[in-house]
Amino acid sequence: MTQKIASISKPKLSVNVLTQEEIEQIHEATLHVIEDVGVSFPSKEALDILEAHGAQVDRESMIAKIKGDIVMEYLAKAPPTYTLAARDPELDLPLDGEHSYLGTDGCGVEVLDAFTGERRRSSKADLMDAARVADYLEAISFHWVPISAQDTPPESRSLHELEAVWKVSKKHVQTESIVNKREMKAAIEMAAVLAGGKDALRERPILSIMQCTFSPLGHDGGSLEAGLEAARAGLPIGYMTMASAGANAPITLAGDLVVGNAEVIAALALMQMEAPGCPVYYAAAQTSTDMRTGAYTGGGPEDFLFGAATNLLADFYKVPLSMGAFATGAKEPDWQAAFDNTMSAFMAVSTLSDMLLGAGLLYGSRILSYEMMLMDAEIWDMLVNLFKGIVVNDETLALDVIKSVGHSGNYLGQRHTRKHMRERWMPKLIDRRPYNQWEAEKDGAREWARQKAQEILDTYHPEPLDPAMDDELMRIILAEELSD
Amino acid sequence: MSQETLSEITQSILLGEGEDTVRLTQELLAADVEPMTIIRDGLMPGMNLVGDKFATGEYFLPDLIIAADCMKDAMNLLEPELVKREQAFQSAGVVVLGTVKGDIHEIGKSLVGTLLSANGFKVHDLGVDVETKDFIEKVKQTGAELVGLSALLTTTMVKQREVIQSLQEAGIRDRVKVLVGGAPVTKSWAEDIGADGFAEDAMGAVKIARSLMNA
Repeated sequence: MTQKIASISKPKLSVNVLTQEEIEQIHEATLHVIEDVGVSFPSKEALDILEAHGAQVDRESMIAKIKGDIVMEYLAKAPPTYTLAARDPELDLPLDGEHSYLGTDGCGVEVLDAFTGERRRSSKADLMDAARVADYLEAISFHWVPISAQDTPPESRSLHELEAVWKVSKKHVQTESIVNKREMKAAIEMAAVLAGGKDALRERPILSIMQCTFSPLGHDGGSLEAGLEAARAGLPIGYMTMASAGANAPITLAGDLVVGNAEVIAALALMQMEAPGCPVYYAAAQTSTDMRTGAYTGGGPEDFLFGAATNLLADFYKVPLSMGAFATGAKEPDWQAAFDNTMSAFMAVSTLSDMLLGAGLLYGSRILSYEMMLMDAEIWDMLVNLFKGIVVNDETLALDVIKSVGHSGNYLGQRHTRKHMRERWMPKLIDRRPYNQWEAEKDGAREWARQKAQEILDTYHPEPLDPAMDDELMRIILAEELSD
Repeated sequence: MSQETLSEITQSILLGEGEDTVRLTQELLAADVEPMTIIRDGLMPGMNLVGDKFATGEYFLPDLIIAADCMKDAMNLLEPELVKREQAFQSAGVVVLGTVKGDIHEIGKSLVGTLLSANGFKVHDLGVDVETKDFIEKVKQTGAELVGLSALLTTTMVKQREVIQSLQEAGIRDRVKVLVGGAPVTKSWAEDIGADGFAEDAMGAVKIARSLMNA
């Protein structure tokens, strides 16, 4: 059975969020901030590299001020397009600026059991189940580690998480849970086992890395060093800002974009300084903060605007973008979740964000819900169809059939209708039943999503990872646990 | 004159005009008005009004934080005066607060600190990436009744358990109530590690802190 992936390519709709002039204003403001205020790089290794490449570095405060020319000189070395490889080449994801791909969200700490509905702390076994369902779903093109394997040792947790996903899927994996150099080295070794060596891995990176910045205008030392390690190995590396308006970024949206932009492009320039030409990407999940409580919004017009605006910046810098989308703040797969996830995904795709993160979690990326994952897959499916737009040509104008049906009768029995009817969207979870039927059964999307998830968990068994390879992975993990 | 000035101090807190709060406080001190009077009849009414407006949703967090900053600026002038008179401003409780070792996230923690201060607690904020032993030391040093521990990663969350164990080993576990928080922290985690309370946001932290103090 060949797996398929449902990406969105060459969308016919687009949204104008920022004018070219506005993009340039944000860019100029960003360079001004990087040069004048600086960005914090709390890592001696990072500061050494920055200083060697012309940055003005303060070792005490660990802040680097970099001239705009230098930032742009290094950013220009980033490849504008490259491919996220999968262990099955049919599942490769070309980041060619013409596709949007959906991934699972991460990294949650709890899971709603697919069978009992019980909410509990996530384990490695839960992670394997979640990744297996993600492997099944066409809507999911790649994995993030969706939930934390909290029953594994903290010092090797991110490695257990990789092993768990690799056991059940050949789709590309992008991990956001490796935040130190030591674990990154081990992860690279593990990926090399699966790829057939370090050179093969560089050629076809089956693993990519995502790191979070530390707003405002900063980074985490371990994340920097892990990223540098990834860059040296040729794994695509992205830095994600989650600059939150009013909390760790200005309350005004343009200012929020500037703060996040400074964090990200400074980090990507650093990666290029260390490994010129290494594949990098912009990553973002900017949001707003509820000023009444300090809560993370998890959805709202601000989030949706950031979702569309950011790819305009990524395009300006000619790098792919990994964009926070879906990821509702709702605690149940309800009206709020549907509203958040549809709007955010729509906006991110409307400007062709390359990677969307992601499906399947509730409450601000904290709780895995199988129901939500299936419902998110439905939303994605609807968007795949939406972005095909309205195609206008002789066949679709349908003049012949309009003439022949004329003023009486209908189109149901027409050959033209039969020829094209499967182009119309057919939902799996949206309920179109007559009222009385619904009233008699009183079931709907949530029940059907849950049932489907249960069916997948019960019956879908992807080809397991070669035991010899799995043993190699476990050997590397064990070595990590026994060392230091 | 001083009655009017006290009202002006209250207004300055309400509007978040810290320069005025400081100037007016200095005026009253120079006029030999008692620091306790300034606090009780000038500053506290202002903070209480801010608190009321926050509770009804008219004021938001930035209003509260700015007002608390004005209060802090005034208290910086008044505290030495209280010490001279061997007086102390009665606090709702003493709290040692910090983000655990290995974790540098601070916004939530700082927000909790601000709200606790605004609600009359004396807060010792140790900052981020705090060594477990430093929490213990500070508790011993200040006689704190509450300890607040923040973590944003599942891998650093484990330090919250370590702090509780260290308090036990130091023989002072029964002298403090431990509050935990942070995005990955859940009720079941808090129960598992033997924390006394857990809050999901800053206001929740204040509620729990108050109820733990009254327990």
